Amino acid sequence: MAVNGGALAVRQFRFWLTDYRRTWKGSIYSSLFNPLLYLGAMGLGLGSLVDRHGTGHIGGVSYLVFLAPGLLAAQAMQTAVFECTYPVFGSTKWSKTYYGAAASPLRPGDIFYGHQLFAALRLLMNCAMFLAVMAAFGAVRSPVAIAELPAAVLTGLAFAGPVEAWAITRTRDSSFNMIFRFVMIPLFLFSGTFFPVTQLPGWIQPVAYVTPLWHGVALCRGIALGTLTTGDIVLHVVYLTALAAAGLVVGRRTYRGRLNA
Amino acid sequence: MPESDILVRAHGLTKRFGDFSAVKGIDFELRRGEAFGFLGPNGAGKSSTMRMLGCVSPPTSGELSIMGMDPRTQGSAIRARLGVVPQEDTLDLELTVRENLLIYGRYFGLPRQVIRERTARLLDFVQLADRTNDEVEPLSGGLKRRLTIARSLINEPEILLLDEPTTGLDPQARHVVWDRLFRLKQQGVTLILTTHYMDEAEQLCDRLVVMDHGRIAAEGSPRELITTYSTPEVLELRFDPSTHEQAAEKLTAVPAERMEVLADRILLYIPNGDAALTSANELGLDPVTSLVRRSTLEDVFLRLTGRRLDD
Repeated sequence: MAVNGGALAVRQFRFWLTDYRRTWKGSIYSSLFNPLLYLGAMGLGLGSLVDRHGTGHIGGVSYLVFLAPGLLAAQAMQTAVFECTYPVFGSTKWSKTYYGAAASPLRPGDIFYGHQLFAALRLLMNCAMFLAVMAAFGAVRSPVAIAELPAAVLTGLAFAGPVEAWAITRTRDSSFNMIFRFVMIPLFLFSGTFFPVTQLPGWIQPVAYVTPLWHGVALCRGIALGTLTTGDIVLHVVYLTALAAAGLVVGRRTYRGRLNA
Repeated sequence: MPESDILVRAHGLTKRFGDFSAVKGIDFELRRGEAFGFLGPNGAGKSSTMRMLGCVSPPTSGELSIMGMDPRTQGSAIRARLGVVPQEDTLDLELTVRENLLIYGRYFGLPRQVIRERTARLLDFVQLADRTNDEVEPLSGGLKRRLTIARSLINEPEILLLDEPTTGLDPQARHVVWDRLFRLKQQGVTLILTTHYMDEAEQLCDRLVVMDHGRIAAEGSPRELITTYSTPEVLELRFDPSTHEQAAEKLTAVPAERMEVLADRILLYIPNGDAALTSANELGLDPVTSLVRRSTLEDVFLRLTGRRLDD
């Protein structure tokens, strides 16, 4: 009985859907609450201060309009990192459900791809809700903004694959605090989410340019402000896609190492 | 024996983790419909063998064929026809009993209707029907184990692998599990189990291998093993600790096939226990307690390895 890998991954995806039925309400609240908080405090609060001092440095738009696409990309990163750390870890350490799945016809790669599919769904949901809140705040200037949705999801996927490929190798959940503290928060603060990277000292700018979040922010913001050249789009999309793909390739191996030792 | 009746064939089966050899080249064959056991203490290589049989751990070397297929290349197809009861439960504790079976049935690509029918039948079988819609978390260890067994049967497996199926259960819960496994055996399911309980092995296994340090020390039915490696009866004597060693010395005068001096007891392997007890008394020995009993697999294990099963 030959079943193709895609069908097997879908079986694991459906496991996560069943699992999600328990927690979806809480997750929707936090998906709406986060953008409300950030857009409210930073976009409106801090924004009124910024706007008063002229917005030449941020492309002549209001701070809220400048900030919102950056936050959208950052939020995609956050969703991906959370979704691909604790739930993965718990499936081998706490509930051990991954070992149950590994005893079925599913192969480690199927189990990995099934969860990546679910992470993509969660990204799609969270980014769509974020965009909706942005619109409610008046931070969306044109219907073109809808293109920020795939851009943000792609940004999330660039984190989801690599992070999950690594997370499955962890035997202690304290490792994840390192990622949150030393990767996610610095990226959040210095990848152009809140201010253009050009405001940073010259020597550190190249560092910002190689981080995935910078590409995600630049892509989302460029779409929102209509400032992207075709070259920019290709660069960002290729970079983010390459990271996501690398994660998918490596993760298949690390999953096998963990579940088929 | 017809070739199709051999379900599993292992030859020189080896599993190494770095420098450590968990399984050191074992040979065995398993026939359709039998209950086959791996008996041995912790660290004997039982679980590593089970993981190779379950196609979740590739053999380092040696040959392994399961239902005529190669686990290295056809693991997914083999697993589709296996049921697995792991040592530790892998249930989703926050889902209900029914949802756990639903998810597991989907892993095997079963249609919803089929899963529904089997769920009802299997929960009846393991006597969990009244808990169908309960969350799994608060269930007792015994009930969780029964649910794990029901789950392992959702694909109507030809071979059921059970890794220490009753470890950690209280005696009553163990007997319920044994009873259900015995019924499965009656229904023709091939059982492969590991255990370090000799009573479990005696109850359930038609044939077993005794494993120690990654090797097979002996193979046969429980009765054959006892006949080959032990005497019909055993005299167990317990002395005051201060006279334990002296007593052991004196007891060499009693004509026994073998004597084991354990930390707390002395075991005499003899055809007739009562006669040996009389001889011991005639030597002027006065044990605190004495017991004449039949030989068990525990004695076989002690003879083969020099250690007790629970060591």
